Amino acid sequence: MNERFSTTLEGTADAAARSTPPAVARRLRGLSDRAIAWIFISPTIILLLAINIFPLCWAIYLSFTNYRANRPNSEVEGVGLRNFERVLTDGDTWLAMQATAHFVFWTIVLQTLIGFTLAYLIDRKFRGHAFWTTVILIPMMLSPAVVGNFWRFLYQPQIGLFNYIVSFFTGVEPSSFQMLGDVTLAPWAIIIVDTWMWTPYVMLICLAGLRSIPDYIYEAAEVDRASPWRQFWSITIPMALPFIMLAVLFRGIENFKMFDMVVLLTGGGPGSTTELASITLKREAFESWRTGRASAFAIILFVAVFGLANIYVKALNRVKQR
Amino acid sequence: MSRALKLTLGMTTALSLTAAASVSAKADELTLCWAAWDPANALVELSKDFEAQNGTTMSFEFVPWPNFADRILNELNAGGKLCDLLIGDSQWIGGSAENGYYVKLNDFFEAEGISMDDFAAAAVNAYSTWPKGTPNYWALPAMGDANGWFYRKDWFSRPELQAEFKEKYGRDLAPPQTWDEMKEVGEFFQGREIDGKTVYGAAIFTERASEGITMGATSAMYPYGFKYENTPGSYDMEGAVNSPEAVAGLEAYKELYKCCTPPGYTDSYMTEGLDAFKSGQVAMAMNWFAFFPGLAKDENVGGDKIGFFVNPKQNVAASTLGGQGISVVANTDNMDGALAYIKWFAQPDVQKKWWDLGGYSVHNDVLNDPSFKDSQPFAADFLVAMNQVQDFWQEPSYAILLQDMQKRLHDYVVADKGTAKEALDQLIEDWTETFEDDGKINN
Repeated sequence: MNERFSTTLEGTADAAARSTPPAVARRLRGLSDRAIAWIFISPTIILLLAINIFPLCWAIYLSFTNYRANRPNSEVEGVGLRNFERVLTDGDTWLAMQATAHFVFWTIVLQTLIGFTLAYLIDRKFRGHAFWTTVILIPMMLSPAVVGNFWRFLYQPQIGLFNYIVSFFTGVEPSSFQMLGDVTLAPWAIIIVDTWMWTPYVMLICLAGLRSIPDYIYEAAEVDRASPWRQFWSITIPMALPFIMLAVLFRGIENFKMFDMVVLLTGGGPGSTTELASITLKREAFESWRTGRASAFAIILFVAVFGLANIYVKALNRVKQR
Repeated sequence: MSRALKLTLGMTTALSLTAAASVSAKADELTLCWAAWDPANALVELSKDFEAQNGTTMSFEFVPWPNFADRILNELNAGGKLCDLLIGDSQWIGGSAENGYYVKLNDFFEAEGISMDDFAAAAVNAYSTWPKGTPNYWALPAMGDANGWFYRKDWFSRPELQAEFKEKYGRDLAPPQTWDEMKEVGEFFQGREIDGKTVYGAAIFTERASEGITMGATSAMYPYGFKYENTPGSYDMEGAVNSPEAVAGLEAYKELYKCCTPPGYTDSYMTEGLDAFKSGQVAMAMNWFAFFPGLAKDENVGGDKIGFFVNPKQNVAASTLGGQGISVVANTDNMDGALAYIKWFAQPDVQKKWWDLGGYSVHNDVLNDPSFKDSQPFAADFLVAMNQVQDFWQEPSYAILLQDMQKRLHDYVVADKGTAKEALDQLIEDWTETFEDDGKINN
């Protein structure tokens, strides 16, 4: 340890000891290290229990009851596994899961491809690359509520800029198609917006990965006359892969619970075309007030995400160890 | 006396005085909750008289319509004390009565000589009673409302359009009397150039999240003959909800949506409809009567340019009910003040002023006044509409029932999923499950 730094630390500890009232100091001296550690971490544990663990346990309990939050005076009865059975056999649940899977899959594919490409280009350090990096990051800095409303106007068939741009390149009438009102286009409309907003985030993580690759590896490859293509596939991709996988994990978890932006864009419509699982859950819990069933659905989603994330993290660790 | 003791005593006295002052202030304050829309502004104006007479300070909590149910029902469910008085939607009355959120007003009405016979019977039934058909009152009818229509009178009266329409359909271009005529008029205007601008047939309700498409589609389904039950109170829905007439009504609404609405009109309710009409985009629009006073005065499309008509009939005459009653929230800390407001509001002269300011009184003294029909360009239509209103379920589970209908209708009308019969069959399945859960019908 640096000597000056060490001296400073000792000085700080001495000052802290001097400022501790004698009674407290005496009491602390009587406690074991383990007890003192518990005293320090207990506020965090209490908060964790109150904010995370208790609600989770409560939701698990509610999922086995007929409880409805809008009927506080009604008798709460146990219904066994009926809520789980109803959720899992409800065709609408599976449609919502399909819509979610479609959204998560395509946003991850597009964001990873575009994000990595952008990172690769930015990593070349061309003139003005810092400026362009900042410009690319702007969408990520906006609030999802702002983005939702903003794109709703862009997609407006009569006055929206998006339709006019498509019209300019394809020649179709701007008001002849509706990005948010058409069952075929609406799922892609939300994918486009999410990709626009979150590709910079993937780019940042990929850029960190690319910058972590030591230059000497490329220099050694060049000495061995490896082509740029070979360098890309044998050095860049394998060494950046843990970062890419981390970005995929973050975006996957985020998009699995996507709610705000899609609600503002389509409200889950047209019909239920873009009704993601989180929107179905919200409607079940706070519009239909089937609290028990909504809890069961939430538990199922939690188990699914937790399970998938665990498998993925194991794969990620394996890649890192290679 | 030690300095510490003096300080403690002083602080205690100050705190006690502050607490007493706040209790006293609370007793003179009332918070009324309602939706944020034109009539709410009229109520603020009207309530100034109550403040002057009673020395009570009125506060208002007005929530935009799309969030109104969410916000207020959450408040009631949480046992909150935000509202002393609530002008809640008619469909909430079952749940609010059974869950003890509203105060039952029978004894109060009797003690104060307030008679429900003084109000329009349809309004009392819709806004005040639970269970339906019984004299158990949980609200005073406050704001009569129904879904109606308005149109561009100036466009309809253009000679060249009149001539073209007559040649095509063999009758005058006039506000449609039936849903068949509605589609024809809509198609006639759809995509037409008027004053150098492309215009469209009609702005109708297609909103998915709250209640929009249900309120819009039932405006077509009721006139075709849609019923919720074969026998009222039996929950016997097969053959009523999915009757051939109900299917035809739903198909008619979808046809109107497909043929005659502006592009991108997939998730539109009150505000979007008003915007479309005020910006000169549509020839006709459906909306609640509550907005008509503001429309009639609108600088661009009001006055001579606008006309109003009742929801067109088809097999029967019917309109979708809107409107609300005013209730006392059981959790209020100012019960006397809240009841005093109800007593004041029930007076005929207050009801008269309420109508004059832009509120829709359903007091018989106002409605039966010979001058009423001519008092506003839409007053006669309002009377007709209120005599033919039909309402959604008012069951305690109304929120689930409404969400089910929103989903099935939006899937069919906007997302082109399945047929009208399939949508209504699925709706019966959804509703049956809910009524089974509620113990209203046996599994």
